[in-house]
Amino acid sequence: MKISVNAKQREITSDTLSAALVELGFTEVAVATALNGSFVPRRDRDRTPVQDGDNLEVLAPMKGG
Amino acid sequence: MKLYNTEISVRLLLGTAQYPSPTSLTEAIQASECEVVTVSLRRETAQGSGAGFWKILRRTDCRILPNTAGCHSVSEAVTTAQMARDLFDTNWIKLEVIGHADTLQPDVFGLVEAARILCADGFEVFPYTTADLIVGERLLEAGCEVLMPWGAPIGSGQGLRDPDALRAMRAHFPDTPLIVDAGIGRPSDACQAMELGVDAVLLNTAVAKAGDPVGMARAMTQAIRAGRAGYLADPMEPRDMAVPSTPLLGMAELG
Repeated sequence: MKISVNAKQREITSDTLSAALVELGFTEVAVATALNGSFVPRRDRDRTPVQDGDNLEVLAPMKGG
Repeated sequence: MKLYNTEISVRLLLGTAQYPSPTSLTEAIQASECEVVTVSLRRETAQGSGAGFWKILRRTDCRILPNTAGCHSVSEAVTTAQMARDLFDTNWIKLEVIGHADTLQPDVFGLVEAARILCADGFEVFPYTTADLIVGERLLEAGCEVLMPWGAPIGSGQGLRDPDALRAMRAHFPDTPLIVDAGIGRPSDACQAMELGVDAVLLNTAVAKAGDPVGMARAMTQAIRAGRAGYLADPMEPRDMAVPSTPLLGMAELG
């Protein structure tokens, strides 16, 4: 299925958010996630389904003022 | 000084953006002696663009104050705050709801609404606000225990554009920690803010964009200490006319 990851179209086969993050390569870094505009806590990623057309945001610590 | 039950001894909160190199960031943090640094959340790549920065920060032992910089709506700010808590394991959030893209002026209406939502959800909110007293009251009613009025627009380095408003805030909120956030350009600006009685200063660009960020970080902390000491020492009131400081009594008649 196709989903949007940080505004880029990606093809994945995983059907949960935690599996999708691994498939997309987010394995080494600490990230926070939102699916279709709603925050998804780390503890809920295993049971959060990902569907075709979803919009996933993956955020990391960055410089800020 | 206590910020949400956390004791802070250095009254400078330092931003982490725009430094010429990771080394200068680390050295500036050390030179400033600050205990709190601000960070943001941005889109990550699978290669881990944020990982190196995160490692640097963790080595500093500073407390992390994540921000919602760039958020223009309540829902954006609330979601970003939730993501920050998940990522950084802290209830602290520097809440920015920006109302205007050019001035980066806070949308105080959205700010109060977002603060209410986040405080009810257990966040400890540091709201980036104007020096308006009524907005400050609304933020305290929403559950904030700290107020962060701007000194001047973000990144402008203009110094305090309305010192009287900050003085009024100090008088109106005698027991609320006040942190001047944004607009500081020089150590004298930070010193002036502290002399007015605010409790701390949050700045970033003034250090990061200085010719010598490490030297400027050190200078800012020295200025903040001097300003605080001056405030506590109760400065004299200005006078309209000259008043001789040397006694006239006992002067010789030489003319």
